[in-house]
Amino acid sequence: MRFDRAAWWFVAPALLVIAVFFFFPILAALLISLTDFDIYALADLSNLRFVGLGNYLKLLETPQFWQALGNTLYFVVAGVPLSIGASLGAALLLHSRLARFKPFFRTALFAPVVTTLVAVAVIWRYMFNTRYGLLNYALGGIGIDPIDWLGDPHWAMPAIILFAVWKNFGYNMIIFLAGLQSIPEELYEAARIDGASIWRQLRSITLPMLSPVVWLVGILTIAGYFQLFAEPYVMTQGGPLQSTVSVLYFMYEEGFKWWNLGSASAVAFVLFLLIFAVTALQLRGRKWTAA
Amino acid sequence: MNGQGPPARWRGAVLFCAFAAALLAGSCRSPPPGDTVVKFWAMGREGEVVVQLLPEFERAHPGIHVEVQQLPWTAAHEKLLTAFAGDATPDICQLGNTWIPEFVALGAITPLDRYVADSRVVDAADYFGGIWETNVVGGALYGVPWYVDTRLLFYRRDLLAQAGYASPPASWQEWTRMMAAIKQRAGADRYAILLPLNEFEPLLALALQQDEPLLRDDGRRGNFESAGFRRALQFYVDAFRNGYAPALSGADVSNVWNEFGRGYFAFYISGPWNIAEFKQRLPSSVQGEWATAPLPGPNGPGASIAGGSSLVVFKASNKKAAAWQLIEYLAQPDVQQRFHELTGDLPPRRGPWRQAPLADDVYARAFRDQLERAKPAPRVAEWERIANEMRLVAERAVSGKISVDQAAKELDARADDILEKRRWMLARGGLR
Repeated sequence: MRFDRAAWWFVAPALLVIAVFFFFPILAALLISLTDFDIYALADLSNLRFVGLGNYLKLLETPQFWQALGNTLYFVVAGVPLSIGASLGAALLLHSRLARFKPFFRTALFAPVVTTLVAVAVIWRYMFNTRYGLLNYALGGIGIDPIDWLGDPHWAMPAIILFAVWKNFGYNMIIFLAGLQSIPEELYEAARIDGASIWRQLRSITLPMLSPVVWLVGILTIAGYFQLFAEPYVMTQGGPLQSTVSVLYFMYEEGFKWWNLGSASAVAFVLFLLIFAVTALQLRGRKWTAA
Repeated sequence: MNGQGPPARWRGAVLFCAFAAALLAGSCRSPPPGDTVVKFWAMGREGEVVVQLLPEFERAHPGIHVEVQQLPWTAAHEKLLTAFAGDATPDICQLGNTWIPEFVALGAITPLDRYVADSRVVDAADYFGGIWETNVVGGALYGVPWYVDTRLLFYRRDLLAQAGYASPPASWQEWTRMMAAIKQRAGADRYAILLPLNEFEPLLALALQQDEPLLRDDGRRGNFESAGFRRALQFYVDAFRNGYAPALSGADVSNVWNEFGRGYFAFYISGPWNIAEFKQRLPSSVQGEWATAPLPGPNGPGASIAGGSSLVVFKASNKKAAAWQLIEYLAQPDVQQRFHELTGDLPPRRGPWRQAPLADDVYARAFRDQLERAKPAPRVAEWERIANEMRLVAERAVSGKISVDQAAKELDARADDILEKRRWMLARGGLR
């Protein structure tokens, strides 16, 4: 009993900090999402109206919100497999016994993760430029007409995906590399003695042994990609024709550009519920496949 | 994205750091005890330069010490709102004049009519009417214009001459004829005009040229279905449909000055800051070949946007008299002229325009003319958001997804929605 109490005393400071800086703001945001808090309310609290679920209902009938949701899903559905594929591919190459200069390539491929997003976005904007960009120059070399990467609503999101995958794949690559290094070498030796091909080894040893890491990376990447913000913010400002507005970008404009904190909080909670639901589904899927 | 929280968190951190740094910087220079310390917030380049004008003010007003804090434009709005929420507003502040209605709605800034009535320096009649108007909300004056900003035509004289025209257009009809002729000579890869789709200002300028206001019923509802706005939007959309303007956002034009120098477009609607930029950045081969001209209107010279910054005094300040003395000092014609020499900003009153160097500046001349026809945008707190929606809906009309009439209807619906709270406030007797 006394032992218990002592333990509580030790964790109390940490719990207090979490409560004050984490749970309390979330609770406040939840309450604000039930009101129409805006600059008028900032001026005088008597201008605040309680609207119940009004903000949420209104979001559901706002086409721009649905468009933002669609854009975000597009980004997640196309970006996550690409990102994980690129990370896994790079990790396999780096792990291969044939690879030379491993430390150099490991650092080089990880470099985009630690560079400043705004700085590389400026460079990528030059590369995406319709008339002078490196990308269209290369495409021209193989006979493809120039693409208006950031100006055409059909190409802007693919451009953002390309940029985001390049910027982020190094992080997961390192995690995969650690996973690969923890697979016992004996398994491969045994497989080689049995005459298994490289492809067979990959399918029967590497991927099954790596599956917990793939799940972890999958959950983290999906949750991260749902929070798409900085890439469109610096590359396209949501344009052209709102084709790169993500849910978080929508929330940012609503809350910090127009100061409609009530509806911005509602957007934040919708996004939270969405990520929560997707993660729960993933965990359930994990249990189901493991069983 | 991995490990990156919501943007609010780092924005907060950045603000906090900036604030802490500012506190540290501010505390280095301590004024003599007993002095009145006036806190003055100014943005961007103006914030850097105004420091050079202050020693003279402090000499003329012993006992007043001015403490300047510079805010970057990108963080200024947020910082001012945070300061208001935290009761930490400065005494006097530079405020973009489109922000004034918002700060009036907040009840953050104080009316200045009484001060102006007693002033011998701030003479309302000497100021350009449209610019002065931007500071008047609900019949009361809340700011004194510091510098002005309006949009007009920058054009390539040589390209216009090659198309067969010796002088810039004065009306939309002439303008259209010239754009058609330039486009015909330019071919498929070049254009007559650049209207960046990520800027609302060119369309707003065209819309302000119309007789009908953009909002009706005292700013309660949108008025975009009026004949005037639809005419302006039609003109704007036609410029793209006829191939005079490329459907590009500013981000796609990596270097406007390069492209203007190369003749990618012949007309560009922009503001006074580009006079210095064009002088500095255009290649020498076209230096003599560009000029500025007032914005053409539907029938003869048209209106344009009354933009710029004003100086305001915060309600919470207990040094209003000292703050007003600083405003008066910065409004003096000779101080205004020095300010122009330091920044390139254009003075909001006619006095400084009568002397050199402004009187002899060939590029500024068109601005002098345009300023007599500058009109304020609707003065409601929600205007900036409505202007942004105007840009987004116009972009859809340009892309051909909706017609001009549908766009006007959509805009009225969005504006009415945004103005809902304002209607409620007015109905319960708020906002006055």
